[in-house]
Amino acid sequence: MPFPGAKRWLFIGIVLAVAVSYFAPQFNRYYLGVWTDVGIAIILATSLNLINGYTGQFSLGHAGFMAVGGYFSAWLSLKVGAGIAEAFWFFPLTLIAGGLFAAVVGFLVGVPSLRLRGDYLAIVTLGFGEIIRVIAQNTQAVGAASGLKGIPKLTTLGWSFGLAAVTIYAVTTLVHSTYGRGFIAVCDDEIAAESNGVNTTRTKVTAFVTGAFFAGIAGGLYAHHKQFLSPVGFGWLKSIDIVVMVILGGALGELIEGSLRMFCGRVPLKGLWATLGIVSSAVLLTWLPELLREFAEYRMIVYALLIILLMLLSPAWLFSAISLRRERRSS
Amino acid sequence: MSVPLLELDQATIRFGGLTAVSELSLSVREGELVGLIGPNGAGKTTAFNMITGVYQPTSGTIRFEGRCTRGVKPSKLADLGIARTFQNIRLFRSLSVIDNIRVAARLHNPQGYFGALWRGKGWKQCEAETEKHALELLEIFNLARFRGEEATSLPYGDQRRLEIVRALATRPKLLLLDEPAAGMNPSEKDDLMRLIHFIKERYNLAVLLVEHDMKVVMGICQRIAVLEYGRKIAEGTPKEIQCHPKVIEAYLGAAAV
Repeated sequence: MPFPGAKRWLFIGIVLAVAVSYFAPQFNRYYLGVWTDVGIAIILATSLNLINGYTGQFSLGHAGFMAVGGYFSAWLSLKVGAGIAEAFWFFPLTLIAGGLFAAVVGFLVGVPSLRLRGDYLAIVTLGFGEIIRVIAQNTQAVGAASGLKGIPKLTTLGWSFGLAAVTIYAVTTLVHSTYGRGFIAVCDDEIAAESNGVNTTRTKVTAFVTGAFFAGIAGGLYAHHKQFLSPVGFGWLKSIDIVVMVILGGALGELIEGSLRMFCGRVPLKGLWATLGIVSSAVLLTWLPELLREFAEYRMIVYALLIILLMLLSPAWLFSAISLRRERRSS
Repeated sequence: MSVPLLELDQATIRFGGLTAVSELSLSVREGELVGLIGPNGAGKTTAFNMITGVYQPTSGTIRFEGRCTRGVKPSKLADLGIARTFQNIRLFRSLSVIDNIRVAARLHNPQGYFGALWRGKGWKQCEAETEKHALELLEIFNLARFRGEEATSLPYGDQRRLEIVRALATRPKLLLLDEPAAGMNPSEKDDLMRLIHFIKERYNLAVLLVEHDMKVVMGICQRIAVLEYGRKIAEGTPKEIQCHPKVIEAYLGAAAV
Protein backbone atom coordinates (compact mmCIF):
# COMPACT_ATOMS: atom_id res chain seq x y z
CA MET A 1 0.00 0.00 0.00
CA PRO A 2 1.38 3.41 -0.89
CA PHE A 3 2.30 5.55 2.11
CA PRO A 4 0.82 3.33 4.85
CA GLY A 5 -0.31 4.67 8.19
CA ALA A 6 -1.41 8.06 6.86
CA LYS A 7 -4.45 8.13 9.14
CA ARG A 8 -2.25 7.40 12.15
CA TRP A 9 -0.05 10.38 11.27
CA LEU A 10 -3.12 12.57 10.94
CA PHE A 11 -4.37 11.39 14.32
CA ILE A 12 -1.00 12.13 15.94
CA GLY A 13 -0.96 15.56 14.30
CA ILE A 14 -4.41 16.49 15.57
CA VAL A 15 -3.72 15.18 19.08
CA LEU A 16 -0.53 17.25 19.16
CA ALA A 17 -2.42 20.32 17.95
CA VAL A 18 -5.06 19.90 20.64
CA ALA A 19 -2.39 19.38 23.29
CA VAL A 20 -0.49 22.47 22.18
CA SER A 21 -3.72 24.41 22.19
CA TYR A 22 -4.46 23.24 25.74
CA PHE A 23 -1.14 24.51 27.07
CA ALA A 24 -1.15 27.60 24.88
CA PRO A 25 -2.40 30.16 27.45
CA GLN A 26 0.84 29.69 29.40
CA PHE A 27 2.96 30.95 26.53
CA ASN A 28 3.89 34.42 25.43
CA ARG A 29 1.12 35.83 23.26
CA TYR A 30 3.49 37.12 20.63
CA TYR A 31 5.03 33.69 20.08
CA LEU A 32 1.59 32.13 19.97
CA GLY A 33 0.61 34.58 17.27
CA VAL A 34 3.63 33.85 15.12
CA TRP A 35 3.20 30.09 15.50
CA THR A 36 -0.42 30.46 14.42
CA ASP A 37 0.94 32.26 11.35
CA VAL A 38 3.24 29.29 10.81
CA GLY A 39 0.28 26.88 10.76
CA ILE A 40 -1.49 29.08 8.21
CA ALA A 41 1.69 29.25 6.12
CA ILE A 42 1.95 25.45 6.18
CA ILE A 43 -1.61 25.16 4.85
CA LEU A 44 -0.88 27.68 2.08
CA ALA A 45 2.43 26.13 1.04
CA THR A 46 1.19 22.54 1.16
CA SER A 47 -1.88 23.30 -0.92
CA LEU A 48 0.08 25.34 -3.46
CA ASN A 49 2.58 22.50 -3.67
CA LEU A 50 -0.19 20.26 -5.02
CA ILE A 51 -0.71 22.70 -7.89
CA ASN A 52 2.81 23.99 -8.55
CA GLY A 53 4.90 21.08 -7.36
CA TYR A 54 3.07 17.83 -8.00
CA THR A 55 0.87 18.83 -10.93
CA GLY A 56 3.41 21.26 -12.39
CA GLN A 57 0.95 24.09 -13.09
CA PHE A 58 2.66 27.32 -12.19
CA SER A 59 0.02 29.35 -10.34
CA LEU A 60 0.67 32.81 -8.94
CA GLY A 61 -2.83 33.38 -7.65
CA HIS A 62 -2.80 31.63 -4.30
CA ALA A 63 -3.16 34.84 -2.30
CA GLY A 64 -6.30 35.51 -4.35
CA PHE A 65 -7.93 32.29 -3.18
CA MET A 66 -6.80 33.03 0.35
CA ALA A 67 -8.49 36.44 0.08
CA VAL A 68 -11.71 34.93 -1.29
CA GLY A 69 -11.94 32.41 1.55
CA GLY A 70 -10.83 34.93 4.18
CA TYR A 71 -13.27 37.65 3.19
CA PHE A 72 -16.15 35.25 2.80
CA SER A 73 -15.75 33.55 6.18
CA ALA A 74 -15.07 36.88 7.95
CA TRP A 75 -18.17 38.38 6.34
CA LEU A 76 -20.20 35.38 7.54
CA SER A 77 -18.91 35.76 11.10
CA LEU A 78 -19.76 39.44 11.13
CA LYS A 79 -23.15 38.86 9.54
CA VAL A 80 -24.41 36.28 12.05
CA GLY A 81 -23.39 38.47 14.99
CA ALA A 82 -21.52 37.72 18.17
CA GLY A 83 -24.08 35.33 19.68
CA ILE A 84 -23.82 32.61 17.08
CA ALA A 85 -20.23 33.35 16.07
CA GLU A 86 -19.09 32.40 19.54
CA ALA A 87 -20.69 28.95 19.33
CA PHE A 88 -18.07 26.24 19.05
CA TRP A 89 -19.64 24.66 15.95
CA PHE A 90 -19.76 27.90 14.03
CA PHE A 91 -16.06 28.43 13.37
CA PRO A 92 -15.40 25.18 11.47
CA LEU A 93 -18.52 25.84 9.41
CA THR A 94 -17.46 29.34 8.46
CA LEU A 95 -13.98 28.05 7.56
CA ILE A 96 -15.44 25.32 5.37
CA ALA A 97 -17.79 27.84 3.78
CA GLY A 98 -14.80 30.06 2.95
CA GLY A 99 -12.91 27.07 1.58
CA LEU A 100 -15.83 25.95 -0.57
CA PHE A 101 -16.36 29.45 -1.90
CA ALA A 102 -12.68 29.67 -2.82
CA ALA A 103 -12.95 26.23 -4.45
CA VAL A 104 -15.88 27.38 -6.59
CA VAL A 105 -13.90 30.46 -7.65
CA GLY A 106 -10.92 28.15 -8.29
CA PHE A 107 -13.10 26.05 -10.56
CA LEU A 108 -14.35 29.07 -12.49
CA VAL A 109 -10.80 30.41 -12.93
CA GLY A 110 -9.25 27.01 -13.52
CA VAL A 111 -11.47 25.64 -16.26
CA PRO A 112 -10.56 28.26 -18.87
CA SER A 113 -7.04 29.12 -17.70
CA LEU A 114 -5.63 25.63 -17.22
CA ARG A 115 -5.66 25.21 -20.99
CA LEU A 116 -2.73 27.57 -20.96
CA ARG A 117 0.76 26.38 -20.27
CA GLY A 118 3.67 27.58 -18.20
CA ASP A 119 4.22 31.32 -18.36
CA TYR A 120 0.73 32.05 -19.67
CA LEU A 121 -0.93 30.30 -16.78
CA ALA A 122 1.32 32.20 -14.36
CA ILE A 123 0.27 35.51 -15.90
CA VAL A 124 -3.44 34.67 -15.88
CA THR A 125 -3.39 33.54 -12.25
CA LEU A 126 -1.37 36.63 -11.31
CA GLY A 127 -4.03 38.74 -12.97
CA PHE A 128 -6.75 36.82 -11.16
CA GLY A 129 -5.14 37.59 -7.80
CA GLU A 130 -5.02 41.28 -8.64
CA ILE A 131 -8.67 41.25 -9.76
CA ILE A 132 -9.70 39.78 -6.40
CA ARG A 133 -7.70 42.44 -4.60
CA VAL A 134 -9.27 45.24 -6.64
CA ILE A 135 -12.75 43.82 -6.09
CA ALA A 136 -12.15 43.70 -2.34
CA GLN A 137 -10.82 47.24 -2.46
CA ASN A 138 -14.02 48.50 -4.05
CA THR A 139 -16.69 46.50 -2.28
CA GLN A 140 -18.33 48.42 0.56
CA ALA A 141 -19.79 45.25 2.09
CA VAL A 142 -16.30 44.06 3.00
CA GLY A 143 -14.95 47.43 4.06
CA ALA A 144 -13.45 48.49 0.71
CA ALA A 145 -10.00 50.12 0.95
CA SER A 146 -10.12 50.70 4.68
CA GLY A 147 -10.50 46.97 5.33
CA LEU A 148 -12.80 44.69 7.26
CA LYS A 149 -12.57 45.35 11.00
CA GLY A 150 -13.79 43.70 14.17
CA ILE A 151 -13.69 40.09 13.05
CA PRO A 152 -14.11 37.86 16.13
CA LYS A 153 -10.95 36.21 17.42
CA LEU A 154 -11.73 32.56 16.81
CA THR A 155 -8.48 31.19 15.45
CA THR A 156 -6.34 29.47 18.03
CA LEU A 157 -3.02 27.71 17.72
CA GLY A 158 -4.87 24.40 17.88
CA TRP A 159 -7.10 25.23 14.91
CA SER A 160 -4.16 26.44 12.90
CA PHE A 161 -1.97 23.39 13.59
CA GLY A 162 -4.86 20.94 13.41
CA LEU A 163 -5.94 22.18 9.99
CA ALA A 164 -2.33 22.22 8.85
CA ALA A 165 -2.23 18.50 9.75
CA VAL A 166 -5.46 17.93 7.81
CA THR A 167 -4.05 19.73 4.75
CA ILE A 168 -0.84 17.73 4.85
CA TYR A 169 -2.87 14.54 5.22
CA ALA A 170 -5.11 15.40 2.28
CA VAL A 171 -2.33 16.34 -0.11
CA THR A 172 -0.08 13.45 0.90
CA THR A 173 -2.74 10.75 0.70
CA LEU A 174 -4.00 12.11 -2.61
CA VAL A 175 -0.57 12.13 -4.18
CA HIS A 176 0.36 8.71 -2.81
CA SER A 177 -2.64 6.91 -4.24
CA THR A 178 -3.01 5.32 -7.64
CA TYR A 179 -5.57 8.01 -8.40
CA GLY A 180 -3.16 10.78 -7.40
CA ARG A 181 -0.22 9.44 -9.39
CA GLY A 182 -2.18 11.10 -12.18
CA PHE A 183 -1.14 14.54 -10.85
CA ILE A 184 2.53 13.66 -11.18
CA ALA A 185 1.97 12.01 -14.56
CA VAL A 186 0.43 15.25 -15.84
CA CYS A 187 3.43 17.18 -14.53
CA ASP A 188 5.89 14.83 -16.24
CA ASP A 189 4.29 14.42 -19.65
CA GLU A 190 0.80 15.58 -20.55
CA ILE A 191 0.67 13.74 -23.86
CA ALA A 192 1.75 10.44 -22.36
CA ALA A 193 -0.63 10.90 -19.42
CA GLU A 194 -3.54 11.60 -21.73
CA SER A 195 -2.81 8.60 -23.95
CA ASN A 196 -2.68 6.37 -20.87
CA GLY A 197 -6.15 7.35 -19.82
CA VAL A 198 -5.47 10.32 -17.53
CA ASN A 199 -7.89 13.13 -18.31
CA THR A 200 -5.34 15.93 -18.03
CA THR A 201 -7.80 18.82 -17.95
CA ARG A 202 -9.84 17.24 -15.20
CA THR A 203 -6.70 16.36 -13.23
CA LYS A 204 -5.35 19.91 -13.43
CA VAL A 205 -8.69 21.43 -12.45
CA THR A 206 -8.96 18.97 -9.54
CA ALA A 207 -5.53 19.99 -8.25
CA PHE A 208 -6.41 23.66 -8.70
CA VAL A 209 -9.74 23.39 -6.91
CA THR A 210 -8.24 21.38 -4.05
CA GLY A 211 -5.47 23.94 -3.66
CA ALA A 212 -7.98 26.79 -3.75
CA PHE A 213 -10.14 25.08 -1.12
CA PHE A 214 -7.29 24.87 1.39
CA ALA A 215 -6.09 28.37 0.54
CA GLY A 216 -9.65 29.53 1.36
CA ILE A 217 -9.48 27.74 4.70
CA ALA A 218 -6.12 29.38 5.39
CA GLY A 219 -7.71 32.72 4.55
CA GLY A 220 -10.50 32.07 7.06
CA LEU A 221 -7.98 31.21 9.75
CA TYR A 222 -5.99 34.32 8.90
CA ALA A 223 -9.06 36.56 9.07
CA HIS A 224 -10.10 35.26 12.50
CA HIS A 225 -6.51 35.45 13.69
CA LYS A 226 -5.61 39.02 12.70
CA GLN A 227 -9.23 40.19 13.22
CA PHE A 228 -8.67 42.61 10.37
CA LEU A 229 -8.55 42.12 6.61
CA SER A 230 -7.11 44.64 4.22
CA PRO A 231 -6.93 44.23 0.42
CA VAL A 232 -3.28 45.32 0.52
CA GLY A 233 -2.37 42.15 2.40
CA PHE A 234 -3.49 39.97 -0.51
CA GLY A 235 -1.46 41.49 -3.32
CA TRP A 236 0.78 39.55 -5.64
CA LEU A 237 3.67 39.81 -3.17
CA LYS A 238 1.75 37.49 -0.87
CA SER A 239 1.45 34.96 -3.71
CA ILE A 240 5.18 35.24 -4.33
CA ASP A 241 5.79 34.59 -0.62
CA ILE A 242 3.91 31.29 -0.90
CA VAL A 243 5.66 30.32 -4.13
CA VAL A 244 9.04 30.91 -2.48
CA MET A 245 7.94 28.71 0.41
CA VAL A 246 7.09 25.92 -2.02
CA ILE A 247 10.39 26.24 -3.90
CA LEU A 248 12.48 26.35 -0.75
CA GLY A 249 10.40 23.51 0.72
CA GLY A 250 11.01 21.34 -2.33
CA ALA A 251 14.73 22.02 -2.10
CA LEU A 252 14.81 21.24 1.62
CA GLY A 253 12.89 18.01 1.03
CA GLU A 254 15.38 16.97 -1.61
CA LEU A 255 18.19 17.90 0.71
CA ILE A 256 16.84 15.65 3.45
CA GLU A 257 16.19 12.75 1.07
CA GLY A 258 19.60 13.18 -0.52
CA SER A 259 21.36 13.18 2.87
CA LEU A 260 19.47 10.05 3.89
CA ARG A 261 20.41 8.29 0.68
CA MET A 262 24.00 9.32 1.16
CA PHE A 263 24.38 8.37 4.81
CA CYS A 264 21.86 5.52 5.20
CA GLY A 265 22.12 4.17 1.68
CA ARG A 266 18.35 4.23 1.29
CA VAL A 267 15.41 6.51 1.96
CA PRO A 268 13.11 5.25 4.72
CA LEU A 269 9.54 6.59 4.95
CA LYS A 270 9.61 7.88 1.42
CA GLY A 271 7.15 10.68 0.84
CA LEU A 272 7.43 12.03 4.36
CA TRP A 273 10.50 14.13 3.66
CA ALA A 274 8.95 16.25 0.95
CA THR A 275 6.28 17.19 3.51
CA LEU A 276 8.89 17.88 6.15
CA GLY A 277 10.68 20.13 3.66
CA ILE A 278 7.55 22.20 3.10
CA VAL A 279 6.86 22.42 6.82
CA SER A 280 10.39 23.55 7.66
CA SER A 281 10.34 26.11 4.89
CA ALA A 282 7.02 27.48 6.20
CA VAL A 283 8.49 27.72 9.70
CA LEU A 284 11.68 29.33 8.42
CA LEU A 285 10.07 31.87 6.13
CA THR A 286 7.48 32.88 8.74
CA TRP A 287 9.98 33.33 11.54
CA LEU A 288 12.76 34.99 9.54
CA PRO A 289 10.87 38.21 8.80
CA GLU A 290 9.80 38.30 12.46
CA LEU A 291 13.34 37.95 13.72
CA LEU A 292 14.67 40.43 11.18
CA ARG A 293 11.95 42.99 11.77
CA GLU A 294 14.26 45.96 11.10
CA PHE A 295 15.14 44.56 7.69
CA ALA A 296 11.59 43.51 6.75
CA GLU A 297 11.67 45.84 3.76
CA TYR A 298 14.58 43.91 2.31
CA ARG A 299 12.67 40.63 2.41
CA MET A 300 12.08 40.59 -1.33
CA ILE A 301 15.76 41.06 -2.06
CA VAL A 302 16.56 38.13 0.21
CA TYR A 303 13.87 36.04 -1.51
CA ALA A 304 15.18 36.88 -4.95
CA LEU A 305 18.71 35.94 -3.93
CA LEU A 306 17.41 32.79 -2.28
CA ILE A 307 15.62 31.68 -5.43
CA ILE A 308 18.63 32.41 -7.63
CA LEU A 309 20.85 30.46 -5.26
CA LEU A 310 18.42 27.55 -5.08
CA MET A 311 18.20 27.41 -8.86
CA LEU A 312 21.97 27.52 -9.27
CA LEU A 313 22.88 25.26 -6.37
CA SER A 314 20.01 22.81 -6.38
CA PRO A 315 20.38 19.96 -3.88
CA ALA A 316 20.66 17.51 -6.76
CA TRP A 317 23.71 19.43 -7.93
CA LEU A 318 25.11 19.51 -4.40
CA PHE A 319 24.86 15.78 -3.98
CA SER A 320 26.30 14.95 -7.35
CA ALA A 321 29.22 17.24 -6.51
CA ILE A 322 29.78 15.54 -3.15
CA SER A 323 29.62 12.03 -4.56
CA LEU A 324 31.95 13.07 -7.38
CA ARG A 325 34.50 14.29 -4.87
CA ARG A 326 34.16 11.05 -2.93
CA GLU A 327 34.76 9.00 -6.04
CA ARG A 328 37.82 11.04 -6.86
CA ARG A 329 39.16 10.60 -3.38
CA SER A 330 38.67 6.87 -3.43
CA SER A 331 40.31 6.42 -6.83
CA MET B 1 -18.54 -9.58 -42.22
CA SER B 2 -18.27 -7.99 -38.82
CA VAL B 3 -17.34 -4.36 -38.26
CA PRO B 4 -13.58 -3.82 -38.18
CA LEU B 5 -12.10 -2.76 -34.83
CA LEU B 6 -10.54 0.35 -36.31
CA GLU B 7 -11.61 1.94 -39.53
CA LEU B 8 -10.20 5.03 -41.19
CA ASP B 9 -12.42 6.34 -43.94
CA GLN B 10 -10.84 8.98 -46.19
CA ALA B 11 -9.16 10.54 -43.16
CA THR B 12 -7.37 13.74 -44.08
CA ILE B 13 -5.48 16.22 -41.97
CA ARG B 14 -4.05 19.56 -43.06
CA PHE B 15 -1.74 21.85 -41.16
CA GLY B 16 -2.06 25.17 -42.95
CA GLY B 17 -1.08 24.45 -46.55
CA LEU B 18 0.48 21.09 -45.77
CA THR B 19 -1.62 17.99 -46.16
CA ALA B 20 0.07 15.59 -43.77
CA VAL B 21 -2.29 12.70 -44.32
CA SER B 22 -4.53 12.58 -47.37
CA GLU B 23 -7.65 10.46 -47.75
CA LEU B 24 -6.27 7.55 -45.83
CA SER B 25 -8.53 4.54 -45.69
CA LEU B 26 -7.39 1.66 -43.58
CA SER B 27 -8.98 -0.94 -41.37
CA VAL B 28 -7.68 -3.17 -38.64
CA ARG B 29 -9.66 -6.19 -37.53
CA GLU B 30 -9.65 -7.87 -34.16
CA GLY B 31 -6.48 -9.83 -33.52
CA GLU B 32 -4.83 -8.54 -36.68
CA LEU B 33 -1.26 -7.26 -36.92
CA VAL B 34 -1.01 -4.50 -39.49
CA GLY B 35 2.13 -2.63 -40.45
CA LEU B 36 2.25 1.01 -41.54
CA ILE B 37 5.43 1.91 -43.38
CA GLY B 38 6.71 4.75 -45.49
CA PRO B 39 9.66 7.11 -45.86
CA ASN B 40 10.37 9.75 -43.23
CA GLY B 41 7.69 12.44 -43.15
CA ALA B 42 5.13 10.25 -44.90
CA GLY B 43 2.58 10.89 -42.15
CA LYS B 44 2.74 7.68 -40.16
CA THR B 45 2.99 9.27 -36.74
CA THR B 46 0.41 11.88 -37.75
CA ALA B 47 -1.93 9.02 -38.60
CA PHE B 48 -1.29 7.62 -35.11
CA ASN B 49 -2.05 10.98 -33.58
CA MET B 50 -5.34 11.12 -35.47
CA ILE B 51 -6.31 7.63 -34.38
CA THR B 52 -5.54 8.37 -30.74
CA GLY B 53 -7.38 11.69 -30.78
CA VAL B 54 -4.35 13.97 -30.34
CA TYR B 55 -5.26 15.57 -33.69
CA GLN B 56 -8.70 15.80 -35.23
CA PRO B 57 -8.91 14.88 -38.91
CA THR B 58 -9.75 17.86 -41.15
CA SER B 59 -12.12 15.66 -43.10
CA GLY B 60 -13.06 12.01 -43.23
CA THR B 61 -13.96 9.80 -40.30
CA ILE B 62 -12.26 7.39 -37.96
CA ARG B 63 -14.36 4.72 -36.33
CA PHE B 64 -13.42 2.52 -33.42
CA GLU B 65 -15.69 -0.46 -32.90
CA GLY B 66 -18.07 1.17 -35.33
CA ARG B 67 -18.28 4.46 -33.40
CA CYS B 68 -17.00 7.73 -34.79
CA THR B 69 -14.17 9.08 -32.64
CA ARG B 70 -14.41 12.71 -33.69
CA GLY B 71 -14.10 15.01 -30.69
CA VAL B 72 -13.34 12.21 -28.26
CA LYS B 73 -10.44 13.01 -25.90
CA PRO B 74 -7.34 10.78 -26.06
CA SER B 75 -7.91 9.72 -22.43
CA LYS B 76 -11.43 8.59 -23.31
CA LEU B 77 -10.11 6.67 -26.31
CA ALA B 78 -7.58 4.99 -24.03
CA ASP B 79 -10.50 4.00 -21.84
CA LEU B 80 -12.35 2.62 -24.87
CA GLY B 81 -9.35 0.47 -25.72
CA ILE B 82 -6.78 2.29 -27.83
CA ALA B 83 -3.28 2.30 -26.33
CA ARG B 84 -0.06 3.53 -27.87
CA THR B 85 3.65 3.91 -27.45
CA PHE B 86 5.73 6.81 -28.69
CA GLN B 87 8.50 7.18 -31.20
CA ASN B 88 10.64 9.03 -28.67
CA ILE B 89 10.00 7.28 -25.39
CA ARG B 90 7.65 9.19 -23.10
CA LEU B 91 7.85 7.62 -19.66
CA PHE B 92 6.92 9.53 -16.50
CA ARG B 93 10.39 10.48 -15.38
CA SER B 94 9.73 11.30 -11.75
CA LEU B 95 7.75 8.12 -11.15
CA SER B 96 9.11 4.69 -10.40
CA VAL B 97 8.75 1.80 -12.83
CA ILE B 98 5.75 0.34 -11.01
CA ASP B 99 4.13 3.77 -10.64
CA ASN B 100 4.36 4.26 -14.40
CA ILE B 101 2.24 1.13 -14.70
CA ARG B 102 -0.09 2.28 -11.91
CA VAL B 103 -0.88 5.49 -13.78
CA ALA B 104 -2.07 3.45 -16.73
CA ALA B 105 -3.88 0.98 -14.46
CA ARG B 106 -5.79 3.90 -12.97
CA LEU B 107 -8.47 3.32 -15.61
CA HIS B 108 -9.36 0.04 -13.94
CA ASN B 109 -9.13 1.22 -10.38
CA PRO B 110 -12.62 2.38 -9.40
CA GLN B 111 -11.33 4.47 -6.47
CA GLY B 112 -11.33 8.18 -7.16
CA TYR B 113 -10.61 11.40 -5.31
CA PHE B 114 -12.61 10.79 -2.15
CA GLY B 115 -11.66 7.14 -2.01
CA ALA B 116 -8.00 8.18 -1.97
CA LEU B 117 -8.69 10.74 0.77
CA TRP B 118 -10.72 8.45 2.97
CA ARG B 119 -8.51 5.35 2.55
CA GLY B 120 -11.24 2.94 3.58
CA LYS B 121 -11.34 -0.83 3.21
CA GLY B 122 -12.50 -0.71 -0.39
CA TRP B 123 -9.70 1.64 -1.31
CA LYS B 124 -7.06 -0.59 0.28
CA GLN B 125 -8.41 -3.59 -1.57
CA CYS B 126 -8.39 -1.76 -4.91
CA GLU B 127 -4.87 -0.44 -4.31
CA ALA B 128 -3.64 -3.93 -3.49
CA GLU B 129 -5.27 -5.30 -6.63
CA THR B 130 -3.78 -2.58 -8.82
CA GLU B 131 -0.36 -3.20 -7.34
CA LYS B 132 -0.66 -6.95 -7.80
CA HIS B 133 -1.78 -6.55 -11.38
CA ALA B 134 1.07 -4.11 -12.11
CA LEU B 135 3.61 -6.49 -10.59
CA GLU B 136 2.27 -9.40 -12.60
CA LEU B 137 2.66 -7.39 -15.77
CA LEU B 138 6.20 -6.40 -14.83
CA GLU B 139 7.05 -10.01 -14.05
CA ILE B 140 5.78 -11.25 -17.40
CA PHE B 141 8.13 -8.83 -19.11
CA ASN B 142 11.02 -9.40 -16.77
CA LEU B 143 10.96 -5.87 -15.42
CA ALA B 144 9.91 -6.65 -11.85
CA ARG B 145 13.46 -6.33 -10.56
CA PHE B 146 13.40 -2.63 -11.53
CA ARG B 147 10.06 -1.91 -9.88
CA GLY B 148 11.23 0.75 -7.41
CA GLU B 149 13.72 2.46 -9.72
CA GLU B 150 13.11 5.65 -11.59
CA ALA B 151 11.69 4.77 -14.97
CA THR B 152 14.20 6.82 -16.93
CA SER B 153 17.17 5.21 -15.18
CA LEU B 154 16.46 1.94 -17.01
CA PRO B 155 18.56 0.76 -19.99
CA TYR B 156 17.18 1.99 -23.30
CA GLY B 157 15.71 -1.32 -24.47
CA ASP B 158 13.98 -1.84 -21.13
CA GLN B 159 12.50 1.66 -21.31
CA ARG B 160 10.98 0.77 -24.67
CA ARG B 161 9.57 -2.43 -23.22
CA LEU B 162 8.28 -0.61 -20.14
CA GLU B 163 6.39 1.75 -22.41
CA ILE B 164 4.73 -1.23 -24.08
CA VAL B 165 3.89 -2.74 -20.68
CA ARG B 166 2.42 0.59 -19.58
CA ALA B 167 0.24 0.64 -22.68
CA LEU B 168 -0.89 -2.91 -21.89
CA ALA B 169 -1.88 -1.88 -18.37
CA THR B 170 -4.75 0.15 -19.85
CA ARG B 171 -6.06 -3.24 -21.10
CA PRO B 172 -6.39 -2.18 -24.72
CA LYS B 173 -8.10 -3.86 -27.64
CA LEU B 174 -5.88 -2.06 -30.13
CA LEU B 175 -2.23 -1.32 -29.54
CA LEU B 176 -0.39 1.23 -31.65
CA LEU B 177 3.38 0.84 -31.65
CA ASP B 178 5.37 3.76 -33.03
CA GLU B 179 8.79 2.53 -34.14
CA PRO B 180 9.34 0.14 -31.24
CA ALA B 181 12.57 -1.19 -32.78
CA ALA B 182 14.23 2.21 -33.16
CA GLY B 183 17.73 2.21 -31.74
CA MET B 184 17.79 -1.52 -31.05
CA ASN B 185 20.48 -3.95 -32.16
CA PRO B 186 19.62 -7.04 -34.23
CA SER B 187 19.27 -9.42 -31.30
CA GLU B 188 17.10 -6.95 -29.40
CA LYS B 189 14.98 -6.63 -32.52
CA ASP B 190 14.48 -10.39 -32.60
CA ASP B 191 13.41 -10.28 -28.96
CA LEU B 192 11.03 -7.46 -29.74
CA MET B 193 9.42 -9.40 -32.60
CA ARG B 194 8.85 -12.31 -30.26
CA LEU B 195 7.48 -9.95 -27.64
CA ILE B 196 5.00 -8.31 -30.01
CA HIS B 197 3.85 -11.71 -31.18
CA PHE B 198 3.53 -12.90 -27.59
CA ILE B 199 1.44 -9.98 -26.36
CA LYS B 200 -0.79 -10.12 -29.40
CA GLU B 201 -1.59 -13.77 -28.74
CA ARG B 202 -1.79 -13.51 -24.97
CA TYR B 203 -4.02 -10.45 -24.77
CA ASN B 204 -5.83 -11.07 -28.05
CA LEU B 205 -4.86 -7.63 -29.33
CA ALA B 206 -5.02 -5.95 -32.66
CA VAL B 207 -1.71 -4.23 -33.34
CA LEU B 208 -0.92 -1.39 -35.69
CA LEU B 209 2.81 -1.06 -36.10
CA VAL B 210 4.83 1.79 -37.52
CA GLU B 211 8.36 0.64 -38.18
CA HIS B 212 11.30 1.40 -40.42
CA ASP B 213 13.02 -1.91 -39.95
CA MET B 214 11.88 -4.04 -42.88
CA LYS B 215 12.97 -7.27 -41.26
CA VAL B 216 10.68 -6.62 -38.30
CA VAL B 217 7.74 -5.44 -40.41
CA MET B 218 7.95 -8.19 -43.00
CA GLY B 219 8.54 -10.77 -40.28
CA ILE B 220 5.47 -10.24 -38.16
CA CYS B 221 2.82 -8.24 -40.02
CA GLN B 222 -0.10 -9.96 -41.66
CA ARG B 223 -0.88 -6.93 -43.77
CA ILE B 224 1.08 -3.81 -44.61
CA ALA B 225 0.00 -0.37 -45.77
CA VAL B 226 2.53 1.96 -47.37
CA LEU B 227 2.33 5.74 -47.07
CA GLU B 228 4.14 8.30 -49.16
CA TYR B 229 3.58 12.05 -48.83
CA GLY B 230 0.48 11.32 -46.75
CA ARG B 231 -1.13 9.06 -49.33
CA LYS B 232 -1.55 5.33 -49.18
CA ILE B 233 0.23 3.99 -52.23
CA ALA B 234 -0.11 0.30 -51.57
CA GLU B 235 -1.62 -2.25 -49.23
CA GLY B 236 -1.25 -5.99 -49.11
CA THR B 237 0.57 -8.95 -47.64
CA PRO B 238 4.31 -8.62 -46.99
CA LYS B 239 4.99 -10.62 -50.18
CA GLU B 240 2.82 -8.35 -52.30
CA ILE B 241 4.37 -5.24 -50.82
CA GLN B 242 7.93 -6.42 -51.43
CA CYS B 243 7.42 -6.60 -55.17
CA HIS B 244 4.97 -3.71 -55.53
CA PRO B 245 6.45 -1.33 -58.14
CA LYS B 246 5.22 1.85 -56.39
CA VAL B 247 6.74 0.77 -53.09
CA ILE B 248 10.06 0.00 -54.67
CA GLU B 249 9.97 3.40 -56.34
CA ALA B 250 9.21 5.18 -53.08
CA TYR B 251 11.89 3.37 -51.15
CA LEU B 252 14.62 2.79 -53.71
CA GLY B 253 14.03 5.48 -56.29
CA ALA B 254 12.56 5.22 -59.79
CA ALA B 255 15.72 3.88 -61.41
CA ALA B 256 15.47 0.59 -59.58
CA VAL B 257 12.13 -0.32 -61.13
